Amino acid sequence: MLRDITIGQYYPADSVIHKLDPRTKLFATLLFVISLFTFRSWAGLALATVFLAVLIRLSKVPLRYMVKGLRAIVVILLITALFNLFLTPGKVLVEWWIFSISYEGLISAGKMTVRLIFLILGTSVVTLTTTPNALTDGLEKALRPLNAIRIPVHEVAMMMSIALRFIPILVEETDKIMKAQIARGADFESGNLIKKAKNMVPLLVPLFISAFRRANDLALAMEARCYHGGKGRTKMKPLQYRRRDAVVYGLVLVYFAGMIAVRILL
Amino acid sequence: MNFIEARRLVHEYIRRDEEGNVESIQTALDHVDLDIEPGKFVAVLGHNGSGKSTFAKHLNVLLTPTEGTLWVDGKDAADEENLWEIRKNAGMVFQNPDNQIIASVVEEDVGFGPENIGVPTPEILKRVDQSLKSVGMSEYRTHSPNKLSGGQKQRVAIAGVMAMEPKCIVLDEPTAMLDPNGRREVLSAVQRLNEEKGVTIILITHYMEEVVDADQVFVMDQGKVVMEGTPREIFSQVETLKQYRLDVPQITLLADELRKAGLAVPKGILTRQELVDVLCRLY
Amino acid sequence: MSIILDHVNYVYSAGTAYEKHALKDISLKIEDGQFIGIIGHTGSGKSTLIQHLNGLIRATSGAIYYNGEDIYDKGYPLQKLRGKVGLVFQYPEHQLFETTIFKDVCFGPKNQGLSQNEAELKAFEALRAVGLSERLWYQSPFDLSGGQKRRVAIAGVLAMKPEVLILDEPTAGLDPKGRDEILDQVVRMHRELHITVILVSHSMEDVANYVGRLIVMNRGQVMFDGVPREVFAHYQELEAVGLSAPQVTYLMHDLRRRGLSVDESATTLEEAKASILRALQVGSK
Repeated sequence: MLRDITIGQYYPADSVIHKLDPRTKLFATLLFVISLFTFRSWAGLALATVFLAVLIRLSKVPLRYMVKGLRAIVVILLITALFNLFLTPGKVLVEWWIFSISYEGLISAGKMTVRLIFLILGTSVVTLTTTPNALTDGLEKALRPLNAIRIPVHEVAMMMSIALRFIPILVEETDKIMKAQIARGADFESGNLIKKAKNMVPLLVPLFISAFRRANDLALAMEARCYHGGKGRTKMKPLQYRRRDAVVYGLVLVYFAGMIAVRILL
Repeated sequence: MNFIEARRLVHEYIRRDEEGNVESIQTALDHVDLDIEPGKFVAVLGHNGSGKSTFAKHLNVLLTPTEGTLWVDGKDAADEENLWEIRKNAGMVFQNPDNQIIASVVEEDVGFGPENIGVPTPEILKRVDQSLKSVGMSEYRTHSPNKLSGGQKQRVAIAGVMAMEPKCIVLDEPTAMLDPNGRREVLSAVQRLNEEKGVTIILITHYMEEVVDADQVFVMDQGKVVMEGTPREIFSQVETLKQYRLDVPQITLLADELRKAGLAVPKGILTRQELVDVLCRLY
Repeated sequence: MSIILDHVNYVYSAGTAYEKHALKDISLKIEDGQFIGIIGHTGSGKSTLIQHLNGLIRATSGAIYYNGEDIYDKGYPLQKLRGKVGLVFQYPEHQLFETTIFKDVCFGPKNQGLSQNEAELKAFEALRAVGLSERLWYQSPFDLSGGQKRRVAIAGVLAMKPEVLILDEPTAGLDPKGRDEILDQVVRMHRELHITVILVSHSMEDVANYVGRLIVMNRGQVMFDGVPREVFAHYQELEAVGLSAPQVTYLMHDLRRRGLSVDESATTLEEAKASILRALQVGSK
């Protein structure tokens, strides 16, 4: 269950997408996300589908692996779909007690679900093809102007990269502690909400303690390796735009222009 | 000149209550005098809580002396100006393999140290290559550390230190969380670095078998250095070691028992081969 | 009490690229009162195996019987089984969470549905059994030393009054004295509480010293199952799968090769000592 989270996991492969500069990928994702939520027509969705399909294909990450990542957000998907389904006024199709489903509701629930799925898939193409370090390097460089308004961009980026590294470790740890408490007769499933929340204490306390211990250890280990913030640091893999990045910037802009065209023309 | 020189080194952990008043003082290092020559393989033994970890953290200036002095590579550890120079020259490997790997790809982790000390990019790549090779982890260069075994993770951590080109590596119980195979992997990697690259090794452990090949052994108890000598000298004192909550390798213990039973077995037998030879001569 | 594993298989992530056959056709019988050691290198399936014994992991195929009852039967009370088959995980001190040691040990019995009084009685007995000094009982478990924390965690399982106690590497990370103390305590509990003990260990010397029956796991299968001296006679096969025999066993083989008529199957220090003394006496006569 918890193991299914693929967000933030790197999938090593040798593809064009893997080789792109992280800034290119971040820019492309940004435009893709904007396009999803501004251009709502069927034609727009079709264009987004094609765009996404090409990306996934090029990334050489198995589709099955990506879809697995969706499992973690099934609940959110369901809730949004249901809200859209029941709360959109329009031509009523089915009615039962205080609930009614309209034609418009059906359409908007469908579109919303597709959009959310695309959103997750699109962003996971980036995280799956970019090592967390490269990703944060990209963010750090792209957001560097924020330094001027005293936002510690390097530190924030470092924190993100460490968080991404520790997600799988903490997930595994949660699993272990859960099993250990179940072996002591703990019950994480039955009972009402309050009881369930109370039952989480034996899981959460050890988990927090362990997370703090790890944080402490890691801080020491970083210090021991001469880490002292972003000042005077060099890069093992400095970010450098190449020709393929220019091409991708071009293609993404063409895609966005296409979206605008679809919106105006159709 | 000694690489490490500790003179009457004291470290106290002071616990304060909410108002900042001293609640308790725990003396973790109690007037430690200790010298380590460059290029040696030195082991520090001691039970949990004997102060050996606290000592290790001083060598890398993660902790500073409460009293006394410590020189690392001729530099005073109390002087803040020497901080980065000492950390660069005395690298440190910790116990928990998961809690010291920073990056999500092996090579990026090895590059972390050199990046911090401002090594130019082409040089970093070269160092990463060499360090991974020196611990036999080159083929895992682009792997995620999460899928590696404990022994492999520790070797990556050692490579990460090696990439800073230190003169000395301090390993604080690097094998405590590993299985026997992992333990062997790490130990032989460390021994190779000592022999081939002349790196000073300070191994902190409570596995007696890992100490047999060391040049020098220190035993710590209650913050003091209580024994000092070659492995043979140390392991010939079985009873004293037991007092300090330690033991000796099984072969040494057997040799000791046989000696007590009246056989002419010398003290401080370390290896199987030695004991076989001795017994066959008696036969 | 007996546990019977009948052709147990366990496959995880079936149908994906990560599919792994973690247990292959395991059939075992664990009888009342035994002291069993399990060895095997990391990934050999030993952790998966012990988690089957208290129903934490469900076998992909095969059956497990506890006291003759199939634990996979509908309505079989798995939670009760977990009280009968106590499992102490590796680094069990990481599961402590209560404000005092005593409360933490009460957690298991309370989950079993016991009243506060009964639970406290059980906790009392368990803390006694692991030999933790009474003046520590009402302190926070987080202030203890590593070895003491581990005792508290073991007490937490023991308080459920298990008939079988499984310990996964209970000595990991402890210093030599701490290792001996924990193992001696386990031996005492085995003897005095009459419980079956299953000890997962990486130390050949420890299993040779303590257990009566040794199970060797390799690639999800039982490779050997017998008394330690029989199992360690196969030291070459053990080495081939990354394991070994106790140091003294190697010594005895070496001595034998050099012409000393010692007992090659000795696995403990005492056995080796006795055999060497005997051989040398005979030789010198």
